[in-house]
Amino acid sequence: MRNIIPVLAVTAALIALWYAAVVPMNAQWAQDQARRAGTDLTLPALIADTMSQQRPRLPAPHQVAQELWNSTVVEEMTGRRGFMNTGSLSNRSLVYHGWVTLSATLLGFAIGSGLGIALAVGIVHNRAMDASVMPWAIASQTIPILAIAPMIIVVLNAIGITGLIPKAIISTYLSFFPVVVGMVKGLRAPDAMQLDLMKTYSASGPQVFSKLRWPSAMPYLFASLKVAIAAALVGAIVAELPTGAVAGLGARLLSGSYYGQTVQIWSALFAAAILAASMVALIGVIQRATLRRMGMAA
Amino acid sequence: MMVLRDSGGVQWAGMALGLLAAAGFGVAGAAGQPGFLPLAALLGATLVWLVLPKVEGLARGALLALLIGAVAFAAHGLLRGPMGHASFWAAVIAVWLGAWMLVAIFADLPRSAGLLGRLQGLLAPLTFGATLLWLWEVTVRALEVPRVILPAPSAIWDRILRSTDVLWVDFVQTFVKGALSGYAIGVGAALVFALAVDRSDFLRRGLLPVGNFLAALPIIGTAPIMVMWFGFDWPSKAAVVVAMVFFPMLVNTVQGLAATEAMQRDLMRTYSASWGQALLKLRLPAAMPFIFNGLKISSTLALIGAIVAEFFGSPTRGMGFRISTEVGRLQLDMVWAEIAVAALAGSLFYGLIALVERGVTFWHPSQRGR
Repeated sequence: MRNIIPVLAVTAALIALWYAAVVPMNAQWAQDQARRAGTDLTLPALIADTMSQQRPRLPAPHQVAQELWNSTVVEEMTGRRGFMNTGSLSNRSLVYHGWVTLSATLLGFAIGSGLGIALAVGIVHNRAMDASVMPWAIASQTIPILAIAPMIIVVLNAIGITGLIPKAIISTYLSFFPVVVGMVKGLRAPDAMQLDLMKTYSASGPQVFSKLRWPSAMPYLFASLKVAIAAALVGAIVAELPTGAVAGLGARLLSGSYYGQTVQIWSALFAAAILAASMVALIGVIQRATLRRMGMAA
Repeated sequence: MMVLRDSGGVQWAGMALGLLAAAGFGVAGAAGQPGFLPLAALLGATLVWLVLPKVEGLARGALLALLIGAVAFAAHGLLRGPMGHASFWAAVIAVWLGAWMLVAIFADLPRSAGLLGRLQGLLAPLTFGATLLWLWEVTVRALEVPRVILPAPSAIWDRILRSTDVLWVDFVQTFVKGALSGYAIGVGAALVFALAVDRSDFLRRGLLPVGNFLAALPIIGTAPIMVMWFGFDWPSKAAVVVAMVFFPMLVNTVQGLAATEAMQRDLMRTYSASWGQALLKLRLPAAMPFIFNGLKISSTLALIGAIVAEFFGSPTRGMGFRISTEVGRLQLDMVWAEIAVAALAGSLFYGLIALVERGVTFWHPSQRGR
């Protein structure tokens, strides 16, 4: 709690910095317009203009906030295609696009973390897997999967797999690695003394796993799940880029960059940020509840 | 024998059974196929290995060599002969099991000290990687997977050899100009900024949560904005890399600078060390494991950022540009060639940093006792 004031101060400073940057970034365009109209801009008029351009180079924070509000609540409540009028989500609203991205993210995250845990269990219990799989898991992450995501999407489309699955595959690829690394560390967290104790109880392999290794890996699991879900979201967004800007936050980014709609880009970016932050926070809540039940709460 | 006890009897028995079954199918299915002889040798070597666990010294080495030779010979033979029938797949499975046995044996070999031991440590992962490549090649060839869906490794290698000039131009554009310059700027800025933040406890407490939050965000999404601001050429790619690299680096460095203990800092004070001296002699060295962690995370991010940023606009060269255009032309072997270059460059970059880390943080527990 004692961190709240510094965090607020830093956030406020960042926003102030952003506002300060808006003026020089957009001034060129405002002055060009004024010259063309044959008028002279006073400094207050210039500043006011840079804050409210249609297609600014750098939109002001309040413009982004307003666009976020308009494209979520306002669009769904009052829009012609909105939820209130048609009973389904509007394809112009960020709620719809966010949901498209979120569903791919969650599917990929679920598969990825399951796979990661399975691999980690294998690596911890099998010397050969430890020696052979682990180096390749590390090497696999130096392949810029984000960069080849478009190819995977296109190829999967070509053989008839479309929709959620290709995006989820990219998310899976990005999210399994942090889970593997974290869980290998976590499953190896029990020290020799504890393992010896299990041996004196003549515990079987599965018992050692379920009563000692698995519980002591929990803190590591949650820490890596937080990293994994953020990575899964990035994967889903990038996977949406090559599908031709149909749906999803990535598609909003791409169409925004095609048509120079900077405010749209920034609002999609912030929607993604809010999504990431709330998913990480949700895992944090589950983590605290679980660890408290296990008597490990910090 | 050590090997038998360490890896667990179940695994060995299972593998031997699978090997027997697969080899049996291979023999019964098509006795005339070229896989027959090597498979028989494989079977024999495995049986000898399992039945005579007490073999030591030279005989054991000879046996191991026989096993390696049999697996390699069988793998080679299967690529030559007729493909696709049931006995062929049984033979493929047998080779795969044999390779897995080799991996298990390599993993359990007693390690000698020094460089030789380090090379020995590479044996298991290399065998595993070669097996994967071989399985890829065999599957693509036997199933006659169309070139536009998944090219075989040999076709990709062919393409790499034929278009080294294009690959080199793309590599320079994306990796050297985009990723490396952005990496240097981003990492440098984060280090300087971290030192500034470090002087104020208030700033540190405020910046760490915010920086952690920003590091988790999909910063790659700023790529279209950067392309709009800095144009199509490499500066926009470098800018994306800077934005991606900055926060992980900052958070790690700030954390690292806080890693010293009160006792150690007090010692510095009793020496009446200035801030700069304490920094150079105590806190920077103590922060090195964290800093290198940040450097390693950033090294993979840098290449990704530079390549993805090229999707939003680039001159007619660069790895991201090549990948997106060659996908459009269905030249997938070229795409995979670029991927191979990217993976190689990324791994070497990572490996280089890890090597420097080993030299700088030789005192850290994670670097010792191996």
